[in-house]
Parts: sequence; C-alpha cells; structure tokens
Amino acid sequence: MEKILLKNLGRPESHTIGSYLGTGGYNGLKEALKHAPESIIQMVKDSGLRGRGGAGFSTGLKWSFIPKDPTVQKYLCCNADEGEPGTYKDRGIMENDPHLLIEGMIIAGFAIGASVSYIYIRGEFVFGTRRLEAAIKEAYEKGFLGNNILGSGFSHDMYIHRGFGAYICGEETALLESIEGYRGQPRKKPPFPALSGLYGKPTVINNVETLSCIPGIIEKGPKWFSSIGPEKSPGPKIFCVSGHVKKPGLYELPLGTTMRELIFSHCGGMLNDGKGVKAVIPGGVSAPMLNAHELDTPMDFDSLAAKGSMLGSGAVIVMDESTCMVKTALIINRFFSHESCGKCTPCRDGTPWLTNILKRIEYGNGRSGDVELLESLCTNIFGRTFCPLGDGAVMALRGALKNFRDEFQYHVDHKKCMVS
Amino acid sequence: MFSDKAKEEIRQVFKKYPNKRSAVMDVLRIAQRERGGHIEKEDMEEIARLLGMQTVDVNAQAAFYTMYNVEKPVGKHHIQVCRNISCSLLGAENLIKHMEKELNIKVGETTPDKKFTLSTVECLGSCGTAPMMQINDDYYENLSAEKIDKILKDLK
Ligand SMILES: Cc1cc2nc3c(=O)[nH]c(=O)nc-3n(C[C@H](O)[C@H](O)[C@H](O)COP(=O)(O)O)c2cc1C
Ligand code: SF4
Ligand code: FES
Repeated sequence: MEKILLKNLGRPESHTIGSYLGTGGYNGLKEALKHAPESIIQMVKDSGLRGRGGAGFSTGLKWSFIPKDPTVQKYLCCNADEGEPGTYKDRGIMENDPHLLIEGMIIAGFAIGASVSYIYIRGEFVFGTRRLEAAIKEAYEKGFLGNNILGSGFSHDMYIHRGFGAYICGEETALLESIEGYRGQPRKKPPFPALSGLYGKPTVINNVETLSCIPGIIEKGPKWFSSIGPEKSPGPKIFCVSGHVKKPGLYELPLGTTMRELIFSHCGGMLNDGKGVKAVIPGGVSAPMLNAHELDTPMDFDSLAAKGSMLGSGAVIVMDESTCMVKTALIINRFFSHESCGKCTPCRDGTPWLTNILKRIEYGNGRSGDVELLESLCTNIFGRTFCPLGDGAVMALRGALKNFRDEFQYHVDHKKCMVS
Repeated sequence: MFSDKAKEEIRQVFKKYPNKRSAVMDVLRIAQRERGGHIEKEDMEEIARLLGMQTVDVNAQAAFYTMYNVEKPVGKHHIQVCRNISCSLLGAENLIKHMEKELNIKVGETTPDKKFTLSTVECLGSCGTAPMMQINDDYYENLSAEKIDKILKDLK
C-alpha cells in the first residue's frame, strides 16, 4: 500500500517545512481554502474517516455538531497525550512529520471555524515538543498560520499545551480541564464539548493521527480515502507493534489487516524461534487480549469489537509462550490504579484493590477464592465508573481471566508460576 | 525567584490563553526547571500571586501531575525507567535491578553525591524500542545492561 501517514518518515530533514513542501505539503490546505467550510466537513464525512484516538467516532460527524454561528468563539484541540501503554504513533508523526499534523489542524480549524487551536502533548515528549514548536514557527513564517492565511480571510493561531504526567488527561474532557488550569479529571457529559468545551465554547478534540489523515482526504478526495481498507473502517492505520516480535515498530497498513499478517508478514515473525504466540493485545492495554487461535481476526473497529476487544489506539502488544499472564495482568492493572484520577469511588478504591490481589497471587501468597474475588470485584466496578478508565481496567483483566483462568488458579494453588 | 529569562518565558505563556490560570502548568514547569528539578512551597506561593490563584489550588495542580517533584529534590540526572508491559516483556525488571546495583541505591532514592535519582515510570510511548528509560529530557532506547553501563559511565 502507498504510505500516507508515514510517507515522510526516514526522509532526511523530514521535520522541516522545506522537506514537507518538497513532497506536496500544504497542497491540502491550499485546496481546502478554495471551498466553503461546510463542504470540507462533507468531504471528511464522505471519506468515512473514524477517529484514531480510540473510540472510532466519525470525524466528519463530530465536526458537523459545531454550531455555525460565526460570532461564537470555537476551539480545536489536538489530543497528543498518547499515554495508552503500547502506543507511540503520534510521537512518530510529531517528531518526524510535524507539518502533516499542523496542516491537518489548520484545515480542521477552517472547517469548524476555530480561530485558535491547542496541541495537548504529554510532558515527557520533550523532543516532539521542540519539533512542533519549530514547525509551528515555520508555518507562521510561510503564512500558513496567523492572520488572513494565504489571503483567504481565515485566521488561525496554534499553541502547544504541555501535559505533565497524567494518563487521564488523554480523556477529552479531562484534557480540557487541564488546559483550563485545573486537575485533569473528566467532566460530566452532556454537555458535549461540541457545544460546551474549552472555556465553555464549542470545541472539537481529535487525535494526532486522525488530524494527519485530513490533508490527504482534501487533496486526493474522499473517494480515494474510502477505497482503502474495509467499507465501514476505511483508511490507513498506524499499528504500533511491540513485545515478542523480530521487528517491532510502526506499520502503516489498511484497517482490516489480520494480526497474523501483521506479525508474520510485516514484523518478521516471533522474536524467539520456537516460541509461538500466546496472546496479543490488539489496541493498547485497555483492549482485552486475544489468544493464539484468534490471530486471523481483521484489525478494524467492527471485527475486533465482535471479538469482545477493540482497535483502541492500534497498539499491538505480542506475547509469546514464555509470558506469565498473572504478571501481565498485574502490570496492566497496576498502571490503571496508578493513573486513576480519584474522582469516583469504584475506580479509585476498586483498581488498587484488584492490584493488591494480583500482587499476592503473583508473589505466591494467593488465597483460595482469590480468582473468584477478582471476578466479583470486576462485576462491582464495571459500568459504575464515571469515565471509561475504570471500565478499561476491568476489561483488560477480564480478557486475561477469560483466556488464562487456569494460570491464575495454578498460581494460587501452587504458589508459583506455570510458565517460568 | 524567577530569572529574567523565565519571566520573559512566562509573559509568552500568558499570550497563549484567554486567562492566567491556564498558564499554571507551564509556570510550574518553568519553576521546577529553575530550581534544577523540583518545586518548593514558596514557589507555589509566588505562582499563586502571579496567577491570581489560591496557593491551595496551585498545590493541588502540582500534586496531581506526576512530573512535578514537589518538595522532593532529584539528582542532577533523573533516571526514569519504564516498567510497563512492552518494556517488561523485554526484560525491564532485570535492568532496574542492574541499575540499583550499579548506582548502589534503590528505586526512589538519590545517590549521596546527588548525581543520580532512580525512578520507575509507566509507559513513556517508546514501546517499539523497548526496554527504554528517560534521563532528564532524553530518551535512551533498546537498552541492555552493557548499554546502561556505558550511559552511566558517560554521565558519572
Ligand atoms: C482514559 C482515557 C485516555 C485516553 N487517552 C487518549 C490519548 O492519549 N489520545 C487520544 O487521542 N485519545 C485518548 N482518549 C480518547 C479521547 O477521549 C477522545 O475520544 C479522542 O481524543 C477523540 O479523538 P478522535 O475522534 O480523533 O479519535 C482517551 C480516552 C480515555 C477514556
Ligand atoms: S473512572 Fe477512574 S479515571 Fe475515570 S473518573 Fe473515575 S476515578 Fe477518575
Ligand atoms: S511500555 Fe515502556 S515505553 Fe511503552
């Protein structure tokens, strides 16, 4: 497949505007400015693009919810908080091709009538922040940002807001709280950000990869985009592969590629010959793991949902037969309890409780009934949390228990691990 | 406490937002950098005055976000090793033990000469080049014990 999102990675000086313009950069913006904002929204709708931040919501539809009243201030926020373990695609774009994101954001701002945008980037991404700062400066110098962009009458300013260590700020309303100078805790919805978002104004929040799809859609047309991959999940997708494969890395492939193809045709197969696949997490640690018999599942929103998992962020974590699933579950659960924002009780108190039980099972102090206790706690947490983080913690653990319950029980009964 | 350079930076930060409160994260970050890696109570009082906030609100901000080291000085080189799943699958625990041995401190501690602080962190978004760690602003990827020895030697 022709690369769209990662096409400039590996080119010398790919982060500079000179290089970007040399490969047709900002043609999408020039094209967009010839159209009415509503027709840009229509094109994005027609392309079938679904958000790459996790939920897979139609991007064009999200933009269309923004009120059209020109007297109302509107905002665009780019979600570059990228904290879902296993995920590193947005960082890849921002460090290597920042102008692709910036161009997509200017077009999005034009479409929804936003004069200001913020890129919310996680605090640890210092290098990416520097690259973005330099690229934004270049874009201002060339007249792609600022007042009266390319003589169109449209003006737009773009700023970077740095996070400082809180996974929950990737949740879109927590992100808004954080920009406003509050602790990053999710807001009650409704009202949805499209009506009352940043500073109470209509706001669109989109992921880095989502926005990076926009220039291509405008330049080459929605039909071109929707012809890639499955009908209901069209377009290119960046898969972030990590774990026990020979060649981990970012792979841009059509949605609908199977896990088997990804691991064996693209990533060079399993890391250690003779050790097969035990489990794969298909979409970041919130996505329940699939087992070795499910490798032919196409990786797209609907096929993974049908298997009880999700495409999530597109982070594919591959585990071979030597992996202890109790330890895996512990690491993942510990992450969620660490990142719980403390706003609601089931998550704030429930996730550390799960972690404690998993710890004692892992370290050989499991008590009989612990596996059942995990399951009943999951039931008590699931569906009762204020935001999806708590549910994600439960879904991840349930995925491990569903596939590898024996292993948990073995740890409890024998005070040691089955595999190592 | 803010240097002239920092004050100018803060003026630029104010331009980004329609109100001063939104600047609190950037200003706390600048304060931490000025002090060489952590924030003291008095900094937060000054920031509160600067932004027209209550000191308790500034404290709450600093406490919520894990990258602020509140009243907790760190060494010249703050080593943060990722312990999340992709790094763990490729041996992060052994590397952490190795580093504890080499630096002769436990996770969470600082060497007596104040050169190194060793911490563990959750995923840093570099999972394809696991195992990895961050030292101050920089990422060190595809780590092995030998590579770590060399990195530490260069910093010592
Ligand atoms: C706990 C939690 C963490 C999230 N983290 C991120 C993130 O790091 N990046 C992201 O783009 N979306 C993240 N999301 C999803 C956002 O809330 C939101 O749906 C997304 O940014 C919308 O962008 P999209 O429509 O382009 O996908 C997270 C959601 C939750 C509940
Ligand atoms: S589910 Fe967890 S992260 Fe979400 S609001 Fe409740 S405590 Fe906060
Ligand atoms: S798991 Fe270590 S960087 Fe992501």
